[in-house]
Amino acid sequence: MAPESLSHMEMHDLARHARRRLLRMHFERRVGHLGGNLSALDAMLTVHHRVMGPADKFILSKGHSAGALYITMWSLGLLADEELASFHADGTLLAGHPVPGWSEHIPVATGSLGHGFPVALGMALARHLNGDPGHTYCLTSDGEWQEGAMWEALIFWSHRKLRNLTVFVDLNGLQGFGSTRDVASMEDLGNRMASFGLPVVSVDGHDHGAIAAAAKANPGSLVILQTVKGRGVSFMENRMEWHYLPLTAEQYATALGELE
Amino acid sequence: MVALAAREPYFFLTGDLGFMALEPLEKALGPRFINAGVSEQNMVSVAAGMARTGAKSWVYSIAPFCYARPFEQIRNDVCINHLPVRLVGNGGGYAYGPMGATHHALEDYGILLTLPGMRTYVPAFDADLEPMVRSLSERAEPAYLRLGRSELTDEARLPTYAAWRELQTGKGAVIVAVGPIAGALWLATRDLIAAERPSIWVVTELGGAAPESPPPALLEALEFAPVLGVVEEHVAHGGFGQHFLHALALLGRSVPALLHAHARGYPSGRYGSQTWHRHECGLDVPTILAGLAECAKTPRVKA
Repeated sequence: MAPESLSHMEMHDLARHARRRLLRMHFERRVGHLGGNLSALDAMLTVHHRVMGPADKFILSKGHSAGALYITMWSLGLLADEELASFHADGTLLAGHPVPGWSEHIPVATGSLGHGFPVALGMALARHLNGDPGHTYCLTSDGEWQEGAMWEALIFWSHRKLRNLTVFVDLNGLQGFGSTRDVASMEDLGNRMASFGLPVVSVDGHDHGAIAAAAKANPGSLVILQTVKGRGVSFMENRMEWHYLPLTAEQYATALGELE
Repeated sequence: MVALAAREPYFFLTGDLGFMALEPLEKALGPRFINAGVSEQNMVSVAAGMARTGAKSWVYSIAPFCYARPFEQIRNDVCINHLPVRLVGNGGGYAYGPMGATHHALEDYGILLTLPGMRTYVPAFDADLEPMVRSLSERAEPAYLRLGRSELTDEARLPTYAAWRELQTGKGAVIVAVGPIAGALWLATRDLIAAERPSIWVVTELGGAAPESPPPALLEALEFAPVLGVVEEHVAHGGFGQHFLHALALLGRSVPALLHAHARGYPSGRYGSQTWHRHECGLDVPTILAGLAECAKTPRVKA
């Protein structure tokens, strides 16, 4: 992972370049799922560039934001442009949801929701009981918290009080077929989680400094990221359809223009 | 498992089960013995995460709570990631008897053997557990251990452990049985004269890197046997019988008349002991032996 932290301006520029590269990768391969990638990208970049150390691990529980993970790896020099060009292609390792066995930066396959968090919990518990160094970071979606397994894991984590695990929640308020409020209300999610006995902090999920500060100051916490689905592209922001749609050429050009 | 704990560190997770059974293991493992509570999905995922760090992890519950409730966690977190999590399901087949259908495991290894890398261990005798635990501990891929009770009262004459073992030779039927029921069949037939005595093979490992590959001595016996009996406390679909006959067909072998004795669910809609359910399904020893005698009257068929 990143050996040294980036400045505020460097992170800002990095995030802008990463957004452009993410859009290009999805546009060239005619792949959707952009909304959740754009809401999660700032957190993934921040955690990898400003928070994580060499012994730390990151698990993307919301596997449908695999594009943002690949772009983060690209930003770290772990993936080349030619490899990004294989996204979603036949014979690729860069599938629409992370697949295992080819990079230590993808510890496990994810995609079906409700799995990454408890797996991260197991990694953290084994390291804790073995006295091994390293922190485990996990990024979940908000709709994912409708899965019962997430609450099983929350009970288990709260009971074990593990401080070598941090779980982020990409609270963009939109899920697959509606808003979280309309489908199965996730209102007051932070207090619901806190009622299980775990510390919960809430930050602007697009403020790199705030994300990094929250992660560093609150090991063993849930960090709720207040995010905007489709963040950075005006016509995508807070629009549920960008959970799915690929970009047209015109839309791609417009989006790039907004990210100059 | 207690002896293993003294030799190497491992994590053992139980889904809130093991009262008056697992206490010695809890004492031996200390903090590495983890009661994960009534949350089998989380338990399996946690075990997968532990295995991902290089640790050895075991998961224990009543069999259906071990493989059915957390099936997606086994599929996604354990098997797709090729992690050596060892699942231990207590009570194979109808072992939980009158506790009811929710506690029976009639389709466990059929389901699990569809998953990449998964190998199932079905100990037939108490003496099988030591070599199995050693093998499971050293295994680098997922595994499922289906526990039952030995049905053999005297294990002194057991051949050396192997996945396929010939318990007795005879000139009658060839019986291939999965797990503990082989012991009951052996006990019931060991004193018969050679002309009437069946050959009995017990199979205790299924699938994985070394799928059903019948040993040459068994294949040879099948060339001359009047009837083949395949016995398993598991439904026919996906069961050992289907795998075995598939293997014989791929080998181009002819098979004698066939009796496949297997679990049939709950034909009467009523419930009882393991013995009662076996009888209702034709899985009890007298019914199996009578069925073999009847089948022996029919001609051989090509697999």
